[in-house]
Amino acid sequence: MDSRQKVLGVSGLRTSFFTDGGVVPAVDGVDFDLYRGEVLGIVGESGCGKSVTSLSVMGLVPNPPGKVTGGEILYGGTDLLKLNERKMRKVRGNEIAMIFQEPMTSLNPLFTIGDQMVEPLRIHRKISKKAARGKAIDMLRLVGLPRAEEIMNEYPHQLSGGMRQRVMIAMALICEPKVLIADEPTTALDVTIQAQILKLMKDLNERLDTAVLLITHDLGVVAETCSRVIVMYAGKVVEEGPVREIFRNPQHPYTEGLLKSVPDMRFKQERLDPIPGNVPRPGSIKTGCRFAARCPYAFGRCLEDDPDLYETGDGHRARCFLREGKEAGAYEGALAEG
Amino acid sequence: MKEPLLKVEGLKKHFPVRKGALGRVKGHVKAVDGVSFSVMPGETLGIVGESGCGKSTTGRLLMRLLEPTEGKVVFDGKELTAIGSEEMRKTRRDIQMVFQDPYASLNPRHTIGKILEEPLLVHGVKDPKERKRKVREFLEIVGLSGYHATRYPHQFSGGQRQRIGIARALMTNPKLIIADEPVSALDVSIQSQVLNLMQDLQREFGLTYIFISHDLSVVRHISDRVAVMYLGRIVEIAESDQLYEKPLHPYTQALLSAVPVPDPGFVREQIVLEGDIPSPADPPPGCPFHSRCPFRMEVCKSKVPALSEQETGHSVACHLYPEEARGNDNKTLVTEGSL
Repeated sequence: MDSRQKVLGVSGLRTSFFTDGGVVPAVDGVDFDLYRGEVLGIVGESGCGKSVTSLSVMGLVPNPPGKVTGGEILYGGTDLLKLNERKMRKVRGNEIAMIFQEPMTSLNPLFTIGDQMVEPLRIHRKISKKAARGKAIDMLRLVGLPRAEEIMNEYPHQLSGGMRQRVMIAMALICEPKVLIADEPTTALDVTIQAQILKLMKDLNERLDTAVLLITHDLGVVAETCSRVIVMYAGKVVEEGPVREIFRNPQHPYTEGLLKSVPDMRFKQERLDPIPGNVPRPGSIKTGCRFAARCPYAFGRCLEDDPDLYETGDGHRARCFLREGKEAGAYEGALAEG
Repeated sequence: MKEPLLKVEGLKKHFPVRKGALGRVKGHVKAVDGVSFSVMPGETLGIVGESGCGKSTTGRLLMRLLEPTEGKVVFDGKELTAIGSEEMRKTRRDIQMVFQDPYASLNPRHTIGKILEEPLLVHGVKDPKERKRKVREFLEIVGLSGYHATRYPHQFSGGQRQRIGIARALMTNPKLIIADEPVSALDVSIQSQVLNLMQDLQREFGLTYIFISHDLSVVRHISDRVAVMYLGRIVEIAESDQLYEKPLHPYTQALLSAVPVPDPGFVREQIVLEGDIPSPADPPPGCPFHSRCPFRMEVCKSKVPALSEQETGHSVACHLYPEEARGNDNKTLVTEGSL
């Protein structure tokens, strides 16, 4: 892993929302590294902080009420959190680009696809209108859109959901960013269209060597597209590791519970095995392990102390006292017995 | 032989498209275009399909929340499509619905108690004490507590709200529950809680479910039989295991191969379909799927394939499969398919 080139390093990231009801720490000390050419997944349920993490990286946290209150985000030797808005604008869309869940709301309905495709190039590159247009058409072809020239003159409402998401991807990649952040890029799409878009993202990731940070709630999408994954719960990273490891040998009880609770289309299960209780509201748990109240293995200490991320294997870490100071695999027994 | 609880024949819903200053009808969106199936008492029929396939419209037609353009719905021996609105209203105590968005379907200004009492009032339970008692009882049945009756919808999480939605559907002691994407808005860990609850209730009260969803994993888990819809028609219907293990229709095959499986080691051949779903306002002639089908033949462009039974209880609408099995009487085949 060290041989690979790190493109983004997030450490100790804290983002809070200052509301009338008090300070809500949506992201509560998140660390992760993103390497060149990889697809890193962030999974978690609503309110776990996965989207706020990505908005923090992009410097797009709505302020007020939100504010990044701590940590650093290193990109190419500079801390993005220290950049002013003008400098950040040179990074955004140029070095780090983002695509969102709902392509209709992220495209401007009043401008043609062509206008919107050319805009990032004209802002970030010294390039003629004609050359920019040519590049935009090439990009539209690259993402598999037929009749690219005609689409340049069309408006977003004339395209289907799948086509709009392809346009978003083309637009995000037009300046050849090193990092692409995709926040639930296929959640609003039908399964057959989702398959097309995921395949496209994987192809482009391999061809252009862009590092992808894929944020999703869908474990199936993670299994099929990511090489590494981060599991978030209540503002914290609870587990991190290679995808195969996480799915085959989850080290955190939350990951384990999440994997057990999803129905698998390949088998008929008599009964699902849900995680008891509710997803906590951000900031509602202040002491101890955030998952303790729903955890089948919780013991006294879990309610009082905050566990660290403990190394459990090569590149595999879990935030659980059951993993503290133990060699990888040594505590399997404890988990199995409960 | 048991009689089906619900029998649907040739159900159609065409929405008129009006254009111009005079609002002339310029065409129709064929949201549901000739759907037939039946549901046995105590079973769960899953209806799957992508957006715009007509699965939700079908659900609403069954309850006559929308008036069908054509076709017959027979519930418990009564032809719902032939009765007046007052009698339909009374029948609705036996058919209840659970909706996708548990927030939008609960009145934010009413307490949970009031929301749950409403169906009892409408269906003539006059004694207020009896109503209160039933509210408490059903709150506990769905895993909440009696004291929740005094609270408002916004005080609950999404999963709890969906439990309330289910409790409301149960209040009138229905025979059939039509659940339209009941777990789609919920978090993964909460989804499985609600699915388990629905299964427990089915056993306890002998309920029959029609479970409408776009999530193929969830549908396999909960359904005994599954119907796959595409552009307003059922393209395949079978026992759940049969459908998932041996899908016959090219669309079903592509759909199943496109579902992401939570297992990174799982290798399979993915059929990635070209293009998008055509608009139901302007469906292609012939087989509705032919524009995206990898096996399309000449005949598919002109002739609509009828649903024909290939194996016991497994019917498919596709020209790839022999005609003979089809027979002339489509309706009997569909009914047999449910036994």
